[in-house]
Amino acid sequence: MTAPAGSNLEVKLRRAQRRRSFTSFLLVAPLLLFILVVFAGPILSLLYFSIDDPKLAEVMPRTAKIVTAWDGAELPGEDAYAAVVEEIRTGYANRTVAAAAMRLNYEISGFRSMVMRTGRKIRRITGPPYRDALIGLDERWGDITYWRAIKASAGPYTTRYLLAAVDLERRWDGSVAKAPPERTIYVEYLQRTFWISFWVLACCILIGYPMAYLIATSGRRTSRILLALVLLPFWTSLLVRTAAWVVLLQNKGIVNDFLLLAGIVDEPLTLIFNRTGVYIAMVHILLPFLVLPLYAVMRNVPPDQLRAAASLGARPVAAFLSVYLPQTLPGLGAGCILVFILSLGFYITPALIGGASDQMLSYLIAEFATRTGNWGMASAIAILLLLSVAALYPVYRGLVRGGTGFRFG
Amino acid sequence: MRIITRKVSMLFAVAAALGLVSAAADARDFTIASWGGTYQEAQRNVYFTPFGETSGTAFLEDVYLGGWAQFQAMQDTGQIPWDVVQLETSELVRGCEEGVFVKLDWSRIVPTGDLLPDAVTDCGVGTIVWSVVIAYNADTIGTAPASLADFWDTKTWPGKRGMRNGPKLNLEYALMADGVAPADVYAVLNTPEGVDRAFAKLDEVKPLVQWWEAGAQAPEWLAAGDVELSVAYNGRISNAQKDGKNLQMIWDGTIYAIDSWAIVEGAPHQDAGYDFIRFATDPGRQAAFTKAYAYGPTHNDGIGMVEPERAMILPAGDNLATGLFGGSQDAIDFWVDYQEELTERWNRWVAQN
Repeated sequence: MTAPAGSNLEVKLRRAQRRRSFTSFLLVAPLLLFILVVFAGPILSLLYFSIDDPKLAEVMPRTAKIVTAWDGAELPGEDAYAAVVEEIRTGYANRTVAAAAMRLNYEISGFRSMVMRTGRKIRRITGPPYRDALIGLDERWGDITYWRAIKASAGPYTTRYLLAAVDLERRWDGSVAKAPPERTIYVEYLQRTFWISFWVLACCILIGYPMAYLIATSGRRTSRILLALVLLPFWTSLLVRTAAWVVLLQNKGIVNDFLLLAGIVDEPLTLIFNRTGVYIAMVHILLPFLVLPLYAVMRNVPPDQLRAAASLGARPVAAFLSVYLPQTLPGLGAGCILVFILSLGFYITPALIGGASDQMLSYLIAEFATRTGNWGMASAIAILLLLSVAALYPVYRGLVRGGTGFRFG
Repeated sequence: MRIITRKVSMLFAVAAALGLVSAAADARDFTIASWGGTYQEAQRNVYFTPFGETSGTAFLEDVYLGGWAQFQAMQDTGQIPWDVVQLETSELVRGCEEGVFVKLDWSRIVPTGDLLPDAVTDCGVGTIVWSVVIAYNADTIGTAPASLADFWDTKTWPGKRGMRNGPKLNLEYALMADGVAPADVYAVLNTPEGVDRAFAKLDEVKPLVQWWEAGAQAPEWLAAGDVELSVAYNGRISNAQKDGKNLQMIWDGTIYAIDSWAIVEGAPHQDAGYDFIRFATDPGRQAAFTKAYAYGPTHNDGIGMVEPERAMILPAGDNLATGLFGGSQDAIDFWVDYQEELTERWNRWVAQN
């Protein structure tokens, strides 16, 4: 079919447009690739690790298959016992069973050494009936809770890490319940993380807003010096600044020496290994992230507007609240979000300056990732942190839009 | 397909976490990993460099950060960056069970009877005995403490105490202070009542405790006067003494353990690994090492080659008489089994005031 002349032009136009959008796609392609590799990829693999549960099925495939089909109401039959004996026997000989035992240990502490001890003695079992023989080696093999633990570990996917990260656990019948009290720590850590971040942000606003105002409104020389003072610590490594605070704040540190010398206090203040120290150090480290965006916005607020407001009869407070503050809101919003999100992820500063009750969620992530090698749990907590940050996005949108709304409205 | 997805996502995670590992792993030189810092520097002088010179083996060094992460990465990626690593018994036993380390052919090292019995295991050759002790600052303390029980005596010593943040060591200390004999500690801990008892005993000193994360903090706090008594690694206290600090330690109720050399399964230079471990298990070299770092030798003849006044401050001989061996099979089984559960309970307990 031949197309009419008009639509021929249309086709050409569309082709040119397509070519142009292809070129622009090529231009952003490196960025897209970069984001995929260093951002989307890790986040997806994080998600994957938090539900991935292949260990038991890899090492003990027959057992996994049998317990998956088993309803969990009463002890499983002889075939399950036979499978366990055979697979522990081979797994112990070629040193693969320990990984599965470690997985089972997440369900019941002590299960790991029970499997390993069974492995050590498995040669004593020479033939059926396997059920009696296995219970003879360790009577816990006759306890149904251990079999339910095997069923829960059979994979290939699990919700246990994600549930545990919010202090929940799945019962053998599939219902979700609260974890036993001595194991419920994650929600508390999350709350504490938010609480610390909130106060750090509040202090940053209290100190940072007047500071940015001063920098934006004072003379060129003064503002340059002040800006340098804000930027200088910004260029120092986080770890160095944290270590410096340890030196400053300790009992015989410079701050306490000064306070004692000046007669302000009689005894050294406890400024370190508690919440106070964490707040001081974190506010210092995060302050530039609030001051810089605020300064950028404040510099563009024409000073005549305040004078105009005054000439129309507004008192200074009213002029500030209705003319100045609304115009700085976008900068304030951006700064707040930066400070808050960065402080949610703080690890090394609370670890070095805080006490045991000042640690944040990242501390638990590090604990699982490096010490015990439980990547499932580390990923699940990381997702918890990620989701809490994502939940802040609408707040950010609201703040920024609110700000620009004031500006143009 | 599932395996491929796993591999790919693992690659993302590992590449992001560790930086891209060299693809030419098998082309690397013989590599030894140890604890880093001044400790590894001392090992370099006594073991690594002399071994490289005598055997003509080119070697590289790396730092092992403790914990399981680095071995997990080796298992998951199949990249083996080390041939020989020095590590604690809990990781050694776990790695031996999971096939991360080579089951040793002891005939290629030394006769097993030459070493302390606890230094001989399937996958590891013990190289040092280290310990944690109660330490204090002799310049500022009124009465010097003499026993583990004194750590709980808050009337005579009302000041702050430094302890490691984590259940390991502390639960053991608590039970011993509560009158449990060292030999029974893990049997008691293996019952829920035993763990409750340990936490209850820790409750008595908890208001006074400042928890340390890194071993270096304990001597710093003692020297700075932040704490009056502290649990500390004996080697750290000896180093502080060398720097002129008047820190002292008591050996009653010390908890000691052994660090071992292990050869990584799948590593390309296993023969060099055996040669190196044999070289490093020489009693003369172990004795020389105790001069640099105050940890005990594992070779039976080692301690006899150390000057008596140096031997007095090492975790060896009579110093360990009332101590607890934290590297026994019971201890390892207990901690590998209960590490996570007790760490959760610990983190909750420690944050409650």
